[in-house]
Amino acid sequence: MRGPAFLQQLQEAVPDAVVGDNLTALDPWIEIAAGKVAEVCRWLAKSSPVRFDSLQCITAVDWLEVDPKKAAKASWEPHTELVYHLWSTPAKASLVLKCKLPRWKNDVPGDLPEVPSVTGVWRGADWHEREVYDLSGVWFTGHPDLRRILCPEDWEGYPLRKDYEQPLDYHGIRGR
Amino acid sequence: MANAIEDDPRIIEFDVRTDEMLVNMGPQHPSTHGVLRLVLRTDGEIVSEVEPHIGYLHRCAEKIGENLTHRQWIPYTDRMDYLAAMNMNLGWSLAVEKLMKYEVSEKARHLRVLIAELGRIASHLVGMGAYGLDLGTFSPFLYAFREREKILDLFEEACGARLTYSYITIGGLTADLPPGWLQRCEAFLDQFEPIIQEYHTLLTTNAIFVKRTAGVGVLSRDMAIEYGCSGPVLRGSGVDQDLRRDGEAIYTAMYDGYAFEVAVQKDGHYPRDHEYPAVPAGTVLGDCWHRFFVRMLEVVQSMDLVRQSIDRYSACKGTIGEPLKLAEKMPAGDAYLETECPKGQMGFYLVSDGSAKPWRVRARSSSFSNLAVTPELCRGCLIADVPAVVGSLDIVMGEIDR
Repeated sequence: MRGPAFLQQLQEAVPDAVVGDNLTALDPWIEIAAGKVAEVCRWLAKSSPVRFDSLQCITAVDWLEVDPKKAAKASWEPHTELVYHLWSTPAKASLVLKCKLPRWKNDVPGDLPEVPSVTGVWRGADWHEREVYDLSGVWFTGHPDLRRILCPEDWEGYPLRKDYEQPLDYHGIRGR
Repeated sequence: MANAIEDDPRIIEFDVRTDEMLVNMGPQHPSTHGVLRLVLRTDGEIVSEVEPHIGYLHRCAEKIGENLTHRQWIPYTDRMDYLAAMNMNLGWSLAVEKLMKYEVSEKARHLRVLIAELGRIASHLVGMGAYGLDLGTFSPFLYAFREREKILDLFEEACGARLTYSYITIGGLTADLPPGWLQRCEAFLDQFEPIIQEYHTLLTTNAIFVKRTAGVGVLSRDMAIEYGCSGPVLRGSGVDQDLRRDGEAIYTAMYDGYAFEVAVQKDGHYPRDHEYPAVPAGTVLGDCWHRFFVRMLEVVQSMDLVRQSIDRYSACKGTIGEPLKLAEKMPAGDAYLETECPKGQMGFYLVSDGSAKPWRVRARSSSFSNLAVTPELCRGCLIADVPAVVGSLDIVMGEIDR
């Protein structure tokens, strides 16, 4: 179901979307080009032979080693990775999509990396995308109401990034 | 024939003009199940829009997890769904075991089923009792807490804690059961079983309760799936899905050999429905009443599973195995696992770089997705129905805000 044949169908349906895969991993995953995420999700949810009709979770993983000694030995370049966990209710099967983003758009610190929103595919994606924006700083283009959800609206920084520094002070409350 | 508008009981007088008003409900409202704030846009008694504001209980559990070893994070999972902490422990432990490709001993497996199902009963008792409270009936809450207390006593005997257990851990459980525990557990089940009928009299078939819940907050099958709803909320909408049967192999293997029927209405029938009160007239599949009823059925189902696990556990020779070392190094990679917790499908995602501390941990909360559907359910309902809808979702804010 999540084998090479399925991957082939996805590649034919949405050309140039698949940039990598690992179908033998613990949770087999497909890597999607950042710009094609919404298109791929729409196909998976509406027209694929296995309908992935439910979005379970979106996770952003910040790949940045703040320790310069360890960073020199790291086998990867700093980036942000989005992981989408999908579920198919009719087939009782799961699928993992991954998507690599730069940590900052055009490497300008403060400019959030962008990815198309999937709220048009699953309405439930709304809160999940807000949470990822709030805690990891990813901008979902096309989201109807992208604002912080867990942190206060005037909070600064994105706490789940590895280089996040907790503010010293928030409205007179000591932070550290 | 009378005019349809004149028959509408919500419209009292025609020449009274009402204005739109924003009403703030919470964050400290008794029926919001924790610190949840709802902003209602109302016109008279009719709610046109509900906007939940969450985050009041945010404790940075995921960030903290990056600075602890895998086993040290277990107490933090306790504090997510603090009404079903055993099931949270289990979810995280299984996710880590999935990454390690570790299998617990047969005895530990049956003990985990026993503990997890008792946890489910305790959680559903709170859900059920508190739901009565939301709708203005106090007694069921007291009865439910009386029985839950006995489960907490059993848990306390097994692990020393009454709320935040950290009992199920990576590699097994922290301790085996003390002598005589199984007999006391069986005594509890024997005493509890006949009482369920009382709950059905107090709530399920109570005319006032049915009036307040039947046809209110109807969640369609498709919307439930699209929002990622799970657990009793999903099954209350008639979707036949229970991860104990449909989940990943590492989780379903735990329930291998156990007999249970998923509590969902199929072709207008619930499993074994001749044993329960009939579904009252006026209810619609997916309304508050059905979500409540699924929980009631699951209490009985869990009791059945507890009895089965007691037999299997006592037949097992050997030990429950050794828990993992506190700072065990994990293989590099990532693993995601969802388990069927009382409130829905709780997922844990773990990214490891091969060290003793996780690179990233993620908790996918079931209540988070279940609450996200509230604005859809409350559109156009009466103000008094908002607590009925929110209560029927049985959310716990500790898990939503993490």
